[in-house]
Amino acid sequence: MVKPKSSRFFIALVLLGVFLLFAIAAPWLSPYDPLSQNLKNTFAPPTWFGGSDLHWLGTDSLGRDLLSRIIFGARSALYVAIVGAMGAAAIGFVLGVIAGFYEGLIDSVLSRLVDIWMSFPSVLLCIVLAAVIGPGLNTVIVAIVVIDWTRFFRVVRAETIVQKSRDYVSSGIIIGLSRSQILIKEIIPNILPLLITLLSLEMGIAIVVEAILSFVGLSSSGVPTWGGIIQEGRLYVYQAWWVMALPVMCIVAAVLSINAFGDELRRSIDPIR
Amino acid sequence: MSVTRQILIVDKLRIAMGEPTNTWLLRDVSFSVEVGKIIGLVGESGAGKTMVSRAILGFLPTGARCVSGRALFDGRDLAGLSTNERRQLLSKDMAYIPQNPMTALNPVIRIKDQVCDVLKLHLGLNSGEAHLRSIELLDEVRLPDPEKIMSMYPHELSGGMRQRVLIAIAFACRPKLVIADEPTTALDVTVQKQILQLLKSLQQKYQTATLFITHDLGVVAKICDGVHVMHGGRIIESADAETLINRPKHPYTASLVAATPRFDLPANTLHPIPDGVVQGLNQEIGEWDSRA
Repeated sequence: MVKPKSSRFFIALVLLGVFLLFAIAAPWLSPYDPLSQNLKNTFAPPTWFGGSDLHWLGTDSLGRDLLSRIIFGARSALYVAIVGAMGAAAIGFVLGVIAGFYEGLIDSVLSRLVDIWMSFPSVLLCIVLAAVIGPGLNTVIVAIVVIDWTRFFRVVRAETIVQKSRDYVSSGIIIGLSRSQILIKEIIPNILPLLITLLSLEMGIAIVVEAILSFVGLSSSGVPTWGGIIQEGRLYVYQAWWVMALPVMCIVAAVLSINAFGDELRRSIDPIR
Repeated sequence: MSVTRQILIVDKLRIAMGEPTNTWLLRDVSFSVEVGKIIGLVGESGAGKTMVSRAILGFLPTGARCVSGRALFDGRDLAGLSTNERRQLLSKDMAYIPQNPMTALNPVIRIKDQVCDVLKLHLGLNSGEAHLRSIELLDEVRLPDPEKIMSMYPHELSGGMRQRVLIAIAFACRPKLVIADEPTTALDVTVQKQILQLLKSLQQKYQTATLFITHDLGVVAKICDGVHVMHGGRIIESADAETLINRPKHPYTASLVAATPRFDLPANTLHPIPDGVVQGLNQEIGEWDSRA
């Protein structure tokens, strides 16, 4: 169904494919154990930068192979992006549709809740969460869901209200559809393209959030993550810039590809376009 | 054989909006539609034509309320129906053809499913039966290649084709009454003519009572049996189409007829309607209305 329509989309698809392959096949693709240290070979430069061809992307401060760490980092990034974004989307979508469709009291209650929720500093919320659950990848996911469901809620609620006043919804009522049939047949299919665009944007955001939380040490220390590599590399950026630069490039590439993919996906599933 | 039976009776319907002073949207509107007849409701924007159709369908805009009077459909008081009863009635016995075919179909659902839905809902057909029946229906409204159109989305069809789909949906359950709310207003003139012919032929084939709402006197002359002229929420003149156009009694009707451009006459001046804007909606219902 989705056919490549632009070079931007094609590049995005290839990059996402590579990251997905990294994520799925990390244990078989990575040349070394991402956690095994070799203190005799720290800060080895990448191969093309005068390093040996044992470590293509060089090593970090503890002599761990950077390529292996980045491949395993892709696994953490995609895991957080997919699970975190989907969780936030699910909660925000369900509550948003309920608030928009029924309006009245339930809408006021939910909307005020979201207002309060959004006025609470999100970083503080993350730190509190990390303190309660303990740092780790799952904490990052919970943080994304807990903070970003409001984003979905607002957009979905507004769109539901817009859809309700459309002529085809009136037509549905005149055909004799019940309220729940109106919701399922007329309204929700018209919200889905928007939801998918939001979801793809959210996946990009989730990767960035993971990097930020790793950076302040709230993410996992056991599993390699891109944010974690950046945070470690930051200390030695003058001796070994590649340790920090490479995962940054990965994050940028991943977020850009996800956004390009989301744009194209929306275009192809929205029949009006 | 030809016992005329009134399928729809609207009796002194009053609809108002606003508190505490009423703005009267309909003032003692009374008329009836017989089996096999097309009754036209004409008037300018704001005259209350659409309000009549919405009142009958039980679909009044927020804030509007029925103050007195009633609408009887096939002997049943429409105001007394529960939501469920009304849902069963709508589209099955009483169908609606909307004004704007461009927005009345759901853009993300294939034509097939939109037509099948009505059949499944009201006639209890299964998917296979509904599919076959839908093709027949689309064929009946003279859409070319119905099977191909079934799998298309609304945006792939032109306005005229979409209106044909909507007509197919309206006639799907062989309703007793069809309410057509300016079904040709949003279409090109050439397409209008085809759609009118289609409506007329379906109506005659199934002897469907039709309430035809329009502001186009030309359309009225072509297809309606009887006509009611509305102005400011009242019916000011009722007659058969021919009489109304050739010998209008009420000055407003006369000016409406005069305002229609005539190309068979040499005079090329256009005649505006005096006091074109509908006025006096805030006046209480008084002498004038009870006379009607």
